[in-house]
Amino acid sequence: MKYELTCINCPMGCRITADYDGKEVTNIEGYTCRRGLLYAQSEITDPTRMLTALMALEGTHVPLPVKTDRPIRKALLPKALEQIKSTRAKRPVRLGAVVIENVCNSGANVIATAERL
Amino acid sequence: MDRVDILIIGGGPAGLAAAIGAYEAGARDILVLDREQELGGILKQCIHNGFGLHTFQEELTGPEYAHRFIKKVRAYGIPCQGETMVLSISPKKVVTCVSHDHGLQHIQAKAVLLCMGCRERPRGSLATPGERCPGVYTAGTAQRFTNLEGLMPGKEVVILGSGDIGLIMARRMTLLGAKVHACVELMPYSSGLKRNIVQCLDDYGIPLLLSHTVVDIQGRDHVTGVTVAKVDTNLQPIPGTEQTFPCDTLLLSVGLIPENELSKMAGVTLYPGTSGALVDETLMTSVPGIFACGNVLHVHDLVDFVSEEAETAGKNAWAYVQGELTQAERIIVETGFGVGALVPQLVSREPLQPVRLMFRPRNVYRNARIIVEAGEQRLYEKKAMILAPGEMVNVVLPVEKLSALKNAESLTVRIEVSQA
Repeated sequence: MKYELTCINCPMGCRITADYDGKEVTNIEGYTCRRGLLYAQSEITDPTRMLTALMALEGTHVPLPVKTDRPIRKALLPKALEQIKSTRAKRPVRLGAVVIENVCNSGANVIATAERL
Repeated sequence: MDRVDILIIGGGPAGLAAAIGAYEAGARDILVLDREQELGGILKQCIHNGFGLHTFQEELTGPEYAHRFIKKVRAYGIPCQGETMVLSISPKKVVTCVSHDHGLQHIQAKAVLLCMGCRERPRGSLATPGERCPGVYTAGTAQRFTNLEGLMPGKEVVILGSGDIGLIMARRMTLLGAKVHACVELMPYSSGLKRNIVQCLDDYGIPLLLSHTVVDIQGRDHVTGVTVAKVDTNLQPIPGTEQTFPCDTLLLSVGLIPENELSKMAGVTLYPGTSGALVDETLMTSVPGIFACGNVLHVHDLVDFVSEEAETAGKNAWAYVQGELTQAERIIVETGFGVGALVPQLVSREPLQPVRLMFRPRNVYRNARIIVEAGEQRLYEKKAMILAPGEMVNVVLPVEKLSALKNAESLTVRIEVSQA
């Protein structure tokens, strides 16, 4: 399958094209440095993202900001978001407290990024 | 009248780092004033990640980044007075402020640090035609609603401007269940980070319309639609290219303005190139003992650089209080080809510390060189594959390089583009 991406490492924003058969990335073209090459390989074979979101907090309409404590697979983002939306945190919440363990079996915990004491 | 050695106006990233810088240099009589209840400034509402990569080598969210500095300020026992609005600063450094708890206060400071940050350019500054109906917000206001107050400004969204705040809000609104129809940018390039274009727009299939602008806003009681058109090379809309997006919300991410009303009252000279104070390499303004740092001085793209700059300003404010910082003879830093928004604009003939020059390229330049010269003598030269207005350039000149300033007429920063 043909892939077309924009490198995110610097303002050049090189347009990189490549082929991927599910096993190996081939014909990587358009990058101008090593960082671009590495980005293309990981972005095609295993794209990951940090997820930051808002979680409901009991007893208030003010939301609790949360994040995954490590990047998770991009394909898991919608499911992880659903789980965060359907969870309600309880006070007191310390910064860094785990509010969901191993979200969607991603290996990442969802943690609080602010304190609500 | 109350008296304090160092008075810091604003408890955001600049104010916090300035307080830490002053304390670590030896100051003990410091007061931080902020108009909000909680410290952290705008970082409180920036719940996305990407902060602190430069300083901490980790990607923190805004509140986490602020927390590290707040913890330090608390550990040092630096007093911070929240919910306090500063009304004026006199050239003699008397600060007048008002709060529920303390009423009206006049505070005489030996040094003042201006850390008020910046505000967003509003719709009124754009002369966008169309109805004046509700539903048009600046991106930062929308961010405050969603992230701090748990409110949704709308469900069908168009964003004008592709600065980082606009891109971040495109993703946030999408994650919160809204449909973002397009991000519209007047220029042929985005001023946002490539990373944000990919991870905030491309990831969610949101189109980025470059060389486009909003030519009409429809709706009587609330926004019902926004019309967008392509622009020509003079940035004028091209008739016949209009397309209308039915929507209930228009978010504006069209630039930031340093908030210098108080600086003006104090008699601080402003520099048109940055809309911030005119400063020397110690970050002292034209009024002795008044320093400026962070986004009130010039709009940064990374908070890490705000913190670094503010820490330096805090240290220098303490040096001033101790009488170690005399205003020596200074020369002008000239902006040569391609250099805009330069800070500082003045530099001492015999600087006691490395001189950090910061500027924004005026355009996108490829295969360029950044050059700093004192008269005929070249002090600094660096190749850059690409320079863009969206990425601030930082040049640090070590003290040993600066002896050339003794006899030079001026210092010049310029960009040289080799003909490829």
